Amino acid sequence: MKKLINAIDAIVDESCEGVALAHPELVRFNREPRFLARAATPRAGKVALVSGGGSGHEPLHGGFVGMGMLDAACPGEVFTSPVPDQMDAAGRAVQTGGGVLFIVKNYTGDVMNFDLASELLTADGIEVRTVLIADDVAVQDSLYTAGRRGVGNTVFVEKLAGAAAERGAAAGEVERIAKKAADAGRSMGLALTSCTVPAKGSPTFELGEQEMEIGIGIHGEPGRERAALAAADEIVERIALPVIEDLGLKRGERVIAMTNGMGGTPLLELYIAHRKLVQMLGDRGVTIARTLVGNYITSLDMQGCSITLLRADDELLGLWDAPVHTPALRWGC
Amino acid sequence: MLVGAADVRRFIERYADLIDEHADELTELDAAIGDADHGINMRRGMHAVRERLPGAETPEAVLKSVATTLISKVGGAAGPLYGTAFLRASAAVAGKETLNEADLVALFAAALAGLRQRGGAQAQDKTMIDAFAPAVDALAAAVAQGVDGHGALEAARNAAHAGSDATIDLVARKGRASYLGERARGHRDPGSWSTALLFDAAAATLGGPVQ
Repeated sequence: MKKLINAIDAIVDESCEGVALAHPELVRFNREPRFLARAATPRAGKVALVSGGGSGHEPLHGGFVGMGMLDAACPGEVFTSPVPDQMDAAGRAVQTGGGVLFIVKNYTGDVMNFDLASELLTADGIEVRTVLIADDVAVQDSLYTAGRRGVGNTVFVEKLAGAAAERGAAAGEVERIAKKAADAGRSMGLALTSCTVPAKGSPTFELGEQEMEIGIGIHGEPGRERAALAAADEIVERIALPVIEDLGLKRGERVIAMTNGMGGTPLLELYIAHRKLVQMLGDRGVTIARTLVGNYITSLDMQGCSITLLRADDELLGLWDAPVHTPALRWGC
Repeated sequence: MLVGAADVRRFIERYADLIDEHADELTELDAAIGDADHGINMRRGMHAVRERLPGAETPEAVLKSVATTLISKVGGAAGPLYGTAFLRASAAVAGKETLNEADLVALFAAALAGLRQRGGAQAQDKTMIDAFAPAVDALAAAVAQGVDGHGALEAARNAAHAGSDATIDLVARKGRASYLGERARGHRDPGSWSTALLFDAAAATLGGPVQ
């Protein structure tokens, strides 16, 4: 294993330190318990948006702390959910009387730890609402699974709910927007190689030179199926079609589209994938109203990509276009 | 048979040792059907537990210290699950200086109830419940038949191992492995294995007499 690290135990803290040092005007780092928060205290009464999850998905979530998006992010160990103390402390630090909205990716550990934090804050009279992100169409949503995983749509929900909160919407309204966005977005990904968790030191799974994993999760969890490697256009079809079909997109509809890298795939290749996505949507008469191409929710050093589509209307597009200034996303200001 | 706070401390220390010895194995099991961090998290958590373990006061105090450390240090699903189990175990023996066989049954039954409530898993979901529930049943049955602490914990330990072995043939319905469908079959559930190790530690330390 080759990694640009000093010590395995120090990876998350040192990386968070780096984020705060690179963007001191945007974020500050609280070491114990660990969270990244907006450098400037938000105005009184603004709904505080707090997210978090295992590390290894950067820029998610710390890179999205700032004006118009998150108020705090709680990074856990690599691929491990944060602990309740972190969300409890972060919630207390950034709430200004308007209540707290937790944005939680649907994983068993994340849900339990955010639930515990919610109990701690509620016990002290702080109003907490929670929105679950469960957008991965690669896995079945049924009574017999833990439900769909939260992946790429998390970026969209954090942006859209963040814009609503920044405009001064009350807690119930911010929650409505977050749920609307969570319901409107779907994703699917694939891996060409495994990621290597630093503390483990070897790849999480083995993929042959001529194999790929369709429907991969963002922690290297196996997906729908292992298949023979194919050309980019065919790969994109195999992950974009289930997303389009699950959303039931019809001619004339608009979407916000993201072609996202898993961390180890160059932009050179991501744009090849995105080109195919644009063709596919164009063939179906679906308009891509807004676009992101790049590494927004990653899986350490994994090679691969994911596609996220969100059915958009004027309300969501207005929130999308609202100014945002975070380490990883900035426009309109 | 009676055990006291020092024995409960030895139980926890023994569990920390076993987690250390088996951490890589737990992580490998998790890599097959989960996200490759169970051994890493449990080792980090039990190291923190060992550092913060209070001097021998009461079984309740020792178990509560384990609970709060696991909840605040481990993360993932294992932290809240094992943390809740130890918290309920602690409450089940509140106020007692020493524990007899019936107290041990109450302790582990309360832990199991906490696990069920926090995780929502049922038998055969391919989780730690599949090792924990048969262990508690075996413990209670043995104590009801008048078996002494050593024998009853040995029965619990064997049941936990058999339960963990049986997860190999199951399809998962909870946790990350549930996404795999049939592909989860043929792999042992890593949580059931860390639970089997917990009963190994209990059998080695909680059979009495008071140390």
